[in-house]
Amino acid sequence: MNVDLLFDPLFRVPLAVGLLLSLLLPLLGLYLRLRQEWLAALGFAHLAGAGGVLASLAGLPVLLLALLVAGAGVLAQGLLRRPSNDVYACMILLGWSVMLLGASFSHHAQLLGQALVDGQLYFAGLDHLVGAVLFAIVTALALPFLSRRLLRIRLFPGQDQANGAPVRALGLLFNGLVAVGVGLGATAIGVMAAFALMFVPAWIAFALAPGWRPAVVLAMVLGLVAYVLAFATAMLLDLPFGPVCVAWLVAMTPLRLIPRR
Amino acid sequence: MSEALLAVTDLVAGYEGPVVGPLSFDLRAGEVVALTGPNGAGKSTVLRALTGQARRLGGAVWRAPGVTLAYQAQQAPELGEVPLRARELLGLHGAYRCQALPNRLKRLLGSRIDRLSGGQRQLFLVWAAMLHPGNLLLLDEPTNNLDTDGEQLLADALRALPPERGALVISHEPEFLRQVAHRVVEVRPA
Repeated sequence: MNVDLLFDPLFRVPLAVGLLLSLLLPLLGLYLRLRQEWLAALGFAHLAGAGGVLASLAGLPVLLLALLVAGAGVLAQGLLRRPSNDVYACMILLGWSVMLLGASFSHHAQLLGQALVDGQLYFAGLDHLVGAVLFAIVTALALPFLSRRLLRIRLFPGQDQANGAPVRALGLLFNGLVAVGVGLGATAIGVMAAFALMFVPAWIAFALAPGWRPAVVLAMVLGLVAYVLAFATAMLLDLPFGPVCVAWLVAMTPLRLIPRR
Repeated sequence: MSEALLAVTDLVAGYEGPVVGPLSFDLRAGEVVALTGPNGAGKSTVLRALTGQARRLGGAVWRAPGVTLAYQAQQAPELGEVPLRARELLGLHGAYRCQALPNRLKRLLGSRIDRLSGGQRQLFLVWAAMLHPGNLLLLDEPTNNLDTDGEQLLADALRALPPERGALVISHEPEFLRQVAHRVVEVRPA
């Protein structure tokens, strides 16, 4: 076990990418759960994975095509006018199929497909870091505008529409944010780790938090703690990051059972 | 005569096909108008047509310039688990005038809405609409799940509606409507 590895400059970029994602993905996960669309995270993640593999086959930038394909999923969902989990289930199946079939066509695509499944954070590069920083800025600007509206659409259906608010456009904008976040996450830390960061902290926060703001803080803290523990564990024990991250998050789920007042 | 907020002329509304109408009525500031009729007559469809959730298949709806709507839907959304305090729920509407809340609700402002009883939650949803800044209030069966005290609180609040606001109310409670409604409009299916 080499503790110095944790502070190796080689891993600073992946560490920073993961830190940003571990804060942002749980935050978006809260709103997905609010909208009862948490399966969207897994749907967009699989589409992003498929996009990454297709990019590898076509010799195109992996991150760019992953984001584009996930974004295409958002558009398709918007056009279908069916924002249901059925659509996201189809995205999962389509993405999984394309990702694994595509990976069978070339060695490089196979390596990438494996990385998407394993979640090898250490390959995250500067493009991911720039993407994550830009994404953090956009989220920080957009979410204060979106938050109250998303809550209102869920809790007072028909209210905003009654006064002419572009309710569908707001939903698309939010799903666009989710697709970008998941696309970055899937290509940086793996499909399942990105999904778990969106799903588990929000699930726990929904059970424990006394209000919405505490839920936001709790989800982000849980995401960060799970990520830091996973990073250290994976580095020290030389394990693939994705499964370790998912394991830490799953280990946190009994927190839901803490008695509430 | 007080200012007109809404005029509905020969409205036919529905979804795939017509459900209700033709129906005509108007609503002035300071007025509470009740929509009545048997189950399935299309009362909720009228409100949903006014809020853009049902299709207007014929007729005209005129809303005075600057009029905004405060809407309480017939069916509260299935919330499941939601970490939102009652105070935060009211705040979503910009309804921060919590001093206008009945005392029985003030005591619950710090509670999560998913841990309130059905009746308490309904009262908060109705009061969120009451405290909404919109000057045209649409209440679709606001007395559902309310106990006698809750109904009376709501009736008192509607009777004390500010003169610049108007309300369109659906209810199957004759005594409640007798207390609050200035006029009654009978709704018939298409």
